[in-house]
Amino acid sequence: MNWIYDPWPWYVSGPLIALTMFALLFVGKQFGMSSNLRTICTISGGHKAADFFKFNWKKERWNLVVMAGAILGGFLASQYLSDNTVEINPEVAQKLETYGINSANEAYLPTEIFSMEALSDPKVLAILIVGGFLVGFGARYAGGCTSGHAISGISNLQVPSMIAAAGFFVGGLIMIHFIYPLIF
Amino acid sequence: MKTLVYLIIGTFFGVIMYKSEAASWFRIYEMFEFGSFHMYGIILSAIAVGATGIWLIKRFNIKTLGGNDMHLKPKNKSFSRYAFGGILFGLGWALAGACPGPMYVLTGAGYFSIIIVVASAVLGTFVYGLLRHKLPH
Repeated sequence: MNWIYDPWPWYVSGPLIALTMFALLFVGKQFGMSSNLRTICTISGGHKAADFFKFNWKKERWNLVVMAGAILGGFLASQYLSDNTVEINPEVAQKLETYGINSANEAYLPTEIFSMEALSDPKVLAILIVGGFLVGFGARYAGGCTSGHAISGISNLQVPSMIAAAGFFVGGLIMIHFIYPLIF
Repeated sequence: MKTLVYLIIGTFFGVIMYKSEAASWFRIYEMFEFGSFHMYGIILSAIAVGATGIWLIKRFNIKTLGGNDMHLKPKNKSFSRYAFGGILFGLGWALAGACPGPMYVLTGAGYFSIIIVVASAVLGTFVYGLLRHKLPH
């Protein structure tokens, strides 16, 4: 029964992500995960602070339900379909060890950053807060995230999405190759 | 009824994200280190299947189940907002090791710390809303 816990290969996962996009298109919606962050701002009272949050959030309720499903899917997969370890390239794992991250091949997320104990380290807290902030800020600035731009937008051959996805990649490379050596 | 459909689609997506390991910080790091084809394969095969399907939808003018046009509106033309916004997003994606979809998935998987990331992402979205008129778009 161990096969149940095995990760899905890319050639299964990628087409299934496309299937998610098509399922949403066929029910008259579009695939975009970061829009929910804006909706949450509006529901939390953001419409009083900026026009950007003045919209009829009830029309976006469907996407909050998709988000709730993603949460449920994460629960089900982690509980019943995974041994919650991720194996990566041994050379990359070795490099991570020089950064003090030794949980590669043993955990799904690095325990050095995502365990409860790690939260008492101000550096770890800063990584989580700044990382999340940039994702939220950048996604709305760019008008979409990985699902809306990199998958949906490029599949629709939209030049703006190609620029945004190139930006995602440039930002990621700068972080890993220039900023990680400074913070770890 | 429709709510249940959205919930099922979302659950399906959540399981894919977790099982493909696209929700793993390690896989994101490995991708930016060019250590494996895995993440590139996921993204490129999703685009290949996605682009083929959307081409077919346009070619044969396929409608939604409700008989309407599909949501395939082109994005506004611009360079700076996509480039600057994209780079900021990428910096955060690599730092937190998660983009919005996987953030929700990891919340369900029970990683408490990811809630801090999600809350910060909401804050980032809020600050963008405040500063939007001052930023080049």
